[in-house]
Amino acid sequence: MKFIRNIAVALSFSTLALAGVSAAGTAEHPLQVDWSFNGPLGKFDLPSAQRGWQVYKEVCASCHSLKYFRFRDLATIGYEEDMIKAFAAEYEVAGEPDEYGDETVRAALPQDVLPAPFANDNAARSANGGALPPDLSLMVKARHDGANYIYSLMVGYKDAPADFDLSDGLNYNPYFKGSQIAMAEPLAEGLIDYEDGTPATPDQMAKDVVQFLQYVAEPSLQERHQMGIKVLLFLALLTLLLYISMKVIWKPVKAGKNFYED
Amino acid sequence: MAEWETVKPENKALGWFEERLPVLSLVNNVVGPATPTPRNLNYFWNFGSLAGLMLVIQIISGVVLAMHYTPTTGLAFDSVERIMRDVNYGWLIRYMHANGASFFFIAVYIHIFRGLYFGSYKAPREVLWMLGVVIFLLMMATAFMGYVLPWGQMSFWGATVITSLFSAIPLIGESVVQLLWGGFSVDEPTLVRFFSLHYLLPFLITGVVILHLWAKKISDSGNPLGIEVKTSADQIPFHPFYTIKDAFGAGVFFLILAAFIFYMPNALGHPDNYIPADSLATPDSIVPEWYFLPYYAILRSVDFPLGIPGVIEILDAKLLGVIAMFASILVWLGLPWLDTSKVRSGNFRPMFKWFFAFLVIDMFILMWLGGQKPEGNIPLYGKFATLYYFAYFFVVLPVLSRKEKTLPLPESISSAVLKPAE
Repeated sequence: MKFIRNIAVALSFSTLALAGVSAAGTAEHPLQVDWSFNGPLGKFDLPSAQRGWQVYKEVCASCHSLKYFRFRDLATIGYEEDMIKAFAAEYEVAGEPDEYGDETVRAALPQDVLPAPFANDNAARSANGGALPPDLSLMVKARHDGANYIYSLMVGYKDAPADFDLSDGLNYNPYFKGSQIAMAEPLAEGLIDYEDGTPATPDQMAKDVVQFLQYVAEPSLQERHQMGIKVLLFLALLTLLLYISMKVIWKPVKAGKNFYED
Repeated sequence: MAEWETVKPENKALGWFEERLPVLSLVNNVVGPATPTPRNLNYFWNFGSLAGLMLVIQIISGVVLAMHYTPTTGLAFDSVERIMRDVNYGWLIRYMHANGASFFFIAVYIHIFRGLYFGSYKAPREVLWMLGVVIFLLMMATAFMGYVLPWGQMSFWGATVITSLFSAIPLIGESVVQLLWGGFSVDEPTLVRFFSLHYLLPFLITGVVILHLWAKKISDSGNPLGIEVKTSADQIPFHPFYTIKDAFGAGVFFLILAAFIFYMPNALGHPDNYIPADSLATPDSIVPEWYFLPYYAILRSVDFPLGIPGVIEILDAKLLGVIAMFASILVWLGLPWLDTSKVRSGNFRPMFKWFFAFLVIDMFILMWLGGQKPEGNIPLYGKFATLYYFAYFFVVLPVLSRKEKTLPLPESISSAVLKPAE
């Protein structure tokens, strides 16, 4: 399959050139966190997800878009309608053309998508030293062990080992593939003031923003978990009844009855 | 066997209809009370009806998904996310469809290997078996095209790799690939035609399933002993005995399926498919869905040309690999003539049993190998596993057919499974 490998190799080089990242080396396995949303009874930790929203809009949103997220979705993590309206109103989005056909802007509404920080990918690249900050809507699902991965990446910045050849403008992070990443360490002690007074340590902020991103990636998670229990219980009961029925119905067969005797 | 029994409903209207179109008789004679069925079928015989059930679930969930999906490169990924987020229970329907595909393959794989062990391909069931192989091929095409539709990274690159395979065909290869693509790379026309065909093929599958059932009616179900039905005591009516047994089996199967849908809906998928397709960024490794991995491993393992090195090259490596991959499934069509042992059931074939067990293990090894990067010893293991796979069909079965000392077969099904009367 040389030709496939050739295509793949050629294309990965061009990609890497674009991303400015070395493919050499692998990444460390992510740190494991006991998330509230894990397991069959897993739920979003609402206070944490709300803090995560604050981290997102005050830190992440300056570079990363969240194109599948609408303000109204915040209801799932416990915000009231008037608060959602207030959040939305902090942003401006393009409105309908006015009566003269000129472009207008209006305050965002709950049904609007969170405005992206850059007009397009090229603008994003040029503002970030050639690297494109990816959209984060699905990041938790788009990486192996995504929640732990994002957490590890957030808290995993270190000084590069002496023998590591760190490229110019990149940062050392062993959890990122190739161990060097264009994004500078985003979190620092006390970077934001949590509205609920929780101390804003990098570890806390990382956990909170993962809660938020998990919810953005899979808004139906909690509903799915809850429905699953009902479905499994129903199926278990149904299967049990079918099993008992089978045993009863099969009795004459087991007893050796001939059903086709003339 | 296989007599036809006409139903005469007591209800007059029903009787009137039945005389004109005997639908009730049809059901009655294929899966009904008038369908004499061996009394000794074990749980491996559950998977045929289960596969049929999965086909129905896939078609229904798929039709609903198609109502919300947009087959155009700019919107496909977004429309899938819209299904996940904004369509009422869209997430449920999509996870049912995605995991349902995997479970459809699980059911069909068990059904096929049931047939391989119990000799379901032997006379008089050759056509029944071959229709099954056709269904499997259609399923593979359907699943492959379905996986392209979300237009994620794995969709795009999987489509690129697999469609490129056809370029190995001499003379017409390039044209075939261009026809599949509708252009010079996987792009808009590819997505749209795959969507169209993904919607079409399940109905072709349904058609072949009907033929498959018809052939089953003609030759009757096989059974674990592999001997023909001899007396009336060997059989029981399909309904209610096997309908209830199949229903119980379906309950267990759906419990497992539901556990996946609700608690690990993405476990069988690849995270890269949550990244929108990008023709400029190749994923680290392009891996097909798990159910294609054994064939993918065979494709990668055959990376040498056919011929005498330095003297003559009959087939180049690329073409030979593609041939090996397709041959690994098409060889099933030849089974009735490769395995000529008079004994059907593996239970009475002491040596066959072991070779069959190794074939099953070999399939799992190939599946594992197909998911690994072809580095280190992986390609070498792949060659051994591929060698055994083909040796099983082309060497082991023909030789065993002649040499193996089989165990004595029981007199009849009833004498084997019923306790002697007191």
